Amino acid sequence: MLDKILFLLCLASALADERCMPDTPHGFQVRLSIKTALGDEAYVWNENEMFLFRASLAFAMRNHMNGQQFEVSNIIVCNETMRVSFWFIVTSPLDTSQLIDQENVEAAIRQSRNRINSAFLLTDKTLEFVDILPTLATLYTHPTPPWLIVFGVVMGAVGAGIIIMLVSSVVQKKRKTNGKPQDKDDDEETRVKTVENGDAHDGVHNMSFSEDERFTKM
Amino acid sequence: STSYLAALDKEISERPKWDNKVQYLLTCIGFAVGLGNVWRFPYLCQTYGGGAFLIPYLIALVLEGLPLLHMELAIGQRLRLGSVGVWNSISPYMGGVGVASMMVSFLVGMFYNMILAWILWYFFHSFQNPLPWRDCPVNLNHTAYISECEKSSSVNYFWYRETLNITPNIQTSGSLEWWLVLCLASAWCFVYIGFVRGIETIGKAIYATVTFPYLVLTIFLIRALTLPGAADGLVYLFTPNWDTLKNPEVWLDAATQIFFSLSLAFGGLIAFSSYNAQKNNCERDALIVGCVNSFTSIYASIPIFAILGFKANENYNTCQNWNILQLTNAFNIGDENITVENYQDWFNQLNATDPSEVESLDLKTCDLHTFLEQSASGTGLAFIVFTEAVINMPGSQVWAVLFFIMLFCLGLSSMFGNLQGVLTPLMDLHLIPTWMPKEIFTGLICLAAFTISLIFTLGSGNYWLEIFNNYIGSMPLLIVAFFEIITVVYIYGINRFNDDIEWMTGRRPNIYWQATWRFISPLMLLVVFVAYVVMQAEKSPTYSAWNPDYVYFPLAEVLPYPGWVVAICGLLSAIPVISIPLVALYRFICFLKNYIKTRHNPNPYANDVSSGDL
Repeated sequence: MLDKILFLLCLASALADERCMPDTPHGFQVRLSIKTALGDEAYVWNENEMFLFRASLAFAMRNHMNGQQFEVSNIIVCNETMRVSFWFIVTSPLDTSQLIDQENVEAAIRQSRNRINSAFLLTDKTLEFVDILPTLATLYTHPTPPWLIVFGVVMGAVGAGIIIMLVSSVVQKKRKTNGKPQDKDDDEETRVKTVENGDAHDGVHNMSFSEDERFTKM
Repeated sequence: STSYLAALDKEISERPKWDNKVQYLLTCIGFAVGLGNVWRFPYLCQTYGGGAFLIPYLIALVLEGLPLLHMELAIGQRLRLGSVGVWNSISPYMGGVGVASMMVSFLVGMFYNMILAWILWYFFHSFQNPLPWRDCPVNLNHTAYISECEKSSSVNYFWYRETLNITPNIQTSGSLEWWLVLCLASAWCFVYIGFVRGIETIGKAIYATVTFPYLVLTIFLIRALTLPGAADGLVYLFTPNWDTLKNPEVWLDAATQIFFSLSLAFGGLIAFSSYNAQKNNCERDALIVGCVNSFTSIYASIPIFAILGFKANENYNTCQNWNILQLTNAFNIGDENITVENYQDWFNQLNATDPSEVESLDLKTCDLHTFLEQSASGTGLAFIVFTEAVINMPGSQVWAVLFFIMLFCLGLSSMFGNLQGVLTPLMDLHLIPTWMPKEIFTGLICLAAFTISLIFTLGSGNYWLEIFNNYIGSMPLLIVAFFEIITVVYIYGINRFNDDIEWMTGRRPNIYWQATWRFISPLMLLVVFVAYVVMQAEKSPTYSAWNPDYVYFPLAEVLPYPGWVVAICGLLSAIPVISIPLVALYRFICFLKNYIKTRHNPNPYANDVSSGDL
């Protein structure tokens, strides 16, 4: 009986690992904003969800450190709050007294971030690993910038319009010149007539003779 | 002599004319209604006490805007010539006024089209999802966003870096940005296609370019009024703050705004009205154009401010949500337990229990008013403030496309007026060789303007555009307008002018027109001009530069203009204006030469040939 109690106490203390504490140098803090992400369809955070988290983290560690068989028990969680936030550390599967250092844990999480997110229907923002910057999504670079395509279409239309306008004005002018030779002849005749009759705009008005013309001095 | 008769026949039969009255009115309205109605008037309204600004604005319209407008339309219609011809025929000594108008029109046309090129650039980029100004680009090793973008904002970065590729100061010219050259070429192609045969093609183009902006404004009005936060923006805009009326700067700005808004003194209005039949009611036309222009300004400011209110609301919510997140994370409170509504209660509670922790969070003070005050005018409004607002509207691409098409149409119809103010005088002066068809001549004008305006596609182009905008599009116009009204009223003669108008419209202008033409408008112009000069002289010439290496970046670095730039500014203001005394001097010298000749060699056969054969 006493053995069993002792064994349970040891187990309990192993689970409540003192190495897992806020601001631990070996682990990270996690924050989940389930209501923000899912609104009405938010699920309740409970032990099962925590189990899923530890399992997905173990999966991430396995992916990153090939060969090492991480189990759910290697992920130790503590300081769970109402926020839903908690701290976790990762122990080595080969030796539970050894902790995996932060760089490896961070690299593992970075590698499998998408998978962890989708397990919880969350995003980089709503499933936040404090101090692990999300990999920034690069803007999709198009093979041809779309603005050049729009530019090509618009300028093609405008260019066609300009050509049509210029061609139509040339055609109009040709039509006019075909009709003009007859008009020109008429103009020439009338102009010749006015010249013969004495164009008042021609030459300089000679003052010395003009008065005699108006008043005949007898 | 035969060629003179032929030319006279040609002139009477071939002077272009409007297809109908609606075309003429729409073109004048299109010229007057431009980008300033959308992005300068709402800013002035907001800065100068909202609804209270309407009072100095309407007073300036009635005492200064309408009389000058009526005078320009009447004189062009009566004398049937462009700006140079009109002032030459009133008095050869005042021919310089027309030359000044023509030069200002050409210079303004050059930089105005650069703005249209920018609008086209944004238009071409509005067909993407997501809009390119929504996100900051990532740096080369994908570890963080580009620092220039992160420190300012994605819309600022897209405008200053990806569009302008702006240099840190005006001395650094940078190189020709090829994408801007492409957009500028396209803008000039658009202008050419409308302008190619003068008013024959302009008259057709303006049916679309003048009516479309009103359609878009109405659509925006309906959409904007349904956005959350629109009411805040509108209340802020229209709540009158009567104290601002005591500030003389408000009255000065109202007078200059109405003056530039109506596009007076460019010679474009004279050119347009010169193609009218002489018996046309120009008084009613002036009233229509003036009132429609002011109505458009007020009508445009409603959706603009509704959208600005929406943007301020979004910023306010973002600010508050950030505060909420900080509190939630620090105190590990349940997600979404703190909301905007109960934020204050939670804050008080937490501050009472743990003030030091709350202090360490550095919570921001979120004030809706601060966000509402962050407005801008000019390119800042269109390319920074509005683009940011449009990101948050559902269906952003549609709104962006509509907005930029509207701006483009507004600018294009103003460009037609600018260029017509150059073309008509050149045609009336018979400076076009007869063998050259009109299409080629308009093409040459567009090509020349395009080549010179390549300056604005440099890295420092935006700084140069500001200079052109401030020093050409302001003082020279005031001087030209002052000389215009003095010439008409005192040299041409107000009585002769009244007779002309009575002959054209059937009614003699009433006491309102007489009082404003003779005294009030010239006096107002003089006061505005003097006040403008005084205010410019008080400010040392500086400009705001975008310098990513500046200590206080993203605040703009205020730099003084270097000496050679100040000299260029002076030249830009002086050269159009200097033509007024120069032409008068030239004519006087010709007159003296003739006088001396006739005194020394009296020729009995010579009749009095008048000088000034233009």
